[in-house]
Amino acid sequence: MKNVKILCPTGHLSFTPLEPESFLRGCEQGPDFVIADAGSCDIGPRPLGADQHVSHAAWQRHDLGIMLCQSRRLNIPMIVGSASDTGTNRGVNQFVDIIREVAEERELAPFKLAAIYSEVPVEVLRERLSEGVRIEGLGGRPDADEDNLDSTDRAVAVMNAEPIRAALADGADVVIAGRASDCALFAAPLLNAGHGPGVSYFAGKLMECASFCAEPYMAKESILGEIENDSVYLTAMHPNQRCTPESVAGHSIYERENPFREHIAGGYVDMSNCVYTRADKQTTKATGAVFVEAPVCKVKLEGAGKVGERRLAIVGVRDPETSARIDQAVDWSRGKLSTRFGPPGDSYEIYFHTFGRNGVMRDLEPFAPRVPHELCVVIEVISKDERMAEEIAALASRNLFYARLPGLKGTAGAAALMSDEVLVGEAGYRWTLNHVMEVRHATELFSTSSMTIGKN
Amino acid sequence: MSDELRNLAKTIRSKNAGVDHITFDIILNDRKTFERVRDRAGLDAASVAKLFGIDKDRISHFAAFEPANAIKFTIRRLRPSGDPGESDMFGCQQYAPLFAVKIP
Repeated sequence: MKNVKILCPTGHLSFTPLEPESFLRGCEQGPDFVIADAGSCDIGPRPLGADQHVSHAAWQRHDLGIMLCQSRRLNIPMIVGSASDTGTNRGVNQFVDIIREVAEERELAPFKLAAIYSEVPVEVLRERLSEGVRIEGLGGRPDADEDNLDSTDRAVAVMNAEPIRAALADGADVVIAGRASDCALFAAPLLNAGHGPGVSYFAGKLMECASFCAEPYMAKESILGEIENDSVYLTAMHPNQRCTPESVAGHSIYERENPFREHIAGGYVDMSNCVYTRADKQTTKATGAVFVEAPVCKVKLEGAGKVGERRLAIVGVRDPETSARIDQAVDWSRGKLSTRFGPPGDSYEIYFHTFGRNGVMRDLEPFAPRVPHELCVVIEVISKDERMAEEIAALASRNLFYARLPGLKGTAGAAALMSDEVLVGEAGYRWTLNHVMEVRHATELFSTSSMTIGKN
Repeated sequence: MSDELRNLAKTIRSKNAGVDHITFDIILNDRKTFERVRDRAGLDAASVAKLFGIDKDRISHFAAFEPANAIKFTIRRLRPSGDPGESDMFGCQQYAPLFAVKIP
């Protein structure tokens, strides 16, 4: 079995531009593949639901451009997954277009590109549901029903390594994948080289965020991983960073609900018995991952749907007596809204974000001060009707201004209106699907389109 | 002598774990400190639920993870990340209450 070297320049490609110096240093270490993930659920449901990218187009071009030029120079495959933040078809096509533009501009020799699509029409999910297929809720969510699907504007399925393996086996030099498990991007070439699924997906889990597995904390720097038998050897490419047993083990638990398991379609990686040791000054060896195959293959679905238009207003409070009674002031404001529009519900939602007290942590805040020195209340309104959202935001903020608090000394206004204007926010979306669905084949929800890019 | 957790840990962080959970990692300075915190601090699902003032059944996972000298637990969100009403989209500013936990 061949040792494989993978260079990962960044996690969530183009969220901010990658750091070229450590990447170029990594390119001189003889990598066999250059791989990066480009998407995340962390950006909320709107990019998926509205089918927008949140990474700046210039940064996408920067990151894809440098990866493409170097991987073509070295004549090694490049793999990018969860294209353009969400992995929708729009995202895949946008990345393919950038690759094509850079190839033309740099007059690169012809190469083969595979685009793997992962968007699932809601209609397809509806059909499966009507055939009796269970769409099972994750993390305590109920199973999906017709209502879930009706409220879903867009959905993607999350691929494991199989569609990417097939594209590489077919000779792709560049793979642009839709939504994919981050670790699957790295596992695909390793599985093709004959490595086991345990070490293959484990290597991906450790490498997916690039320099986050090294210390000290530095984002967007490159990491080189060498996979030999059942072990992953990780080396930081920035001269001031080190992959230490502690930093790599610490990263293995990052952003996962359960520290011991990494789920992908078709099974999970069991990391309970992983061992992290120092291989040399620069490099840490990680080993001991076991892949546990699931009895049936379930593919994760992510879906988002629009709730309404969003308007915001910003209000400040400095009067200590008003601060102490902010809940009463908010109740007054809510009361005026209810009188005019009825209680919040289907027609509108309203949130009073009270910064200075519990604006950041809300229900998890145990230390809300009784009387903050000053307060900032951000009023967030969502309504299908944008004029209604606008009116509610204005009425809510002005009724903090006019709040009737017994004994109020400052009778010219109970709150400071920062600008007495209503700000237009992006539309509000909701995660409608965080589910898994049983499939016959791990690849059945995905389709691949191959093309040659560049002129002879 | 008791110390505050913030003085014994090199990392105390919170972050989304998928769209429905926030996970917390406390990475201690070394193995000895990890064992001290694991064995003597009385940290468990019930005590962190109490610290954050939430029901214990919102703690979906609590574990000590020896390879990283880490204590890790996960809280189920009341609303998914980024839904209307969100205050911390990445869930990355929820760890502050852990700082002052007294460790005997």
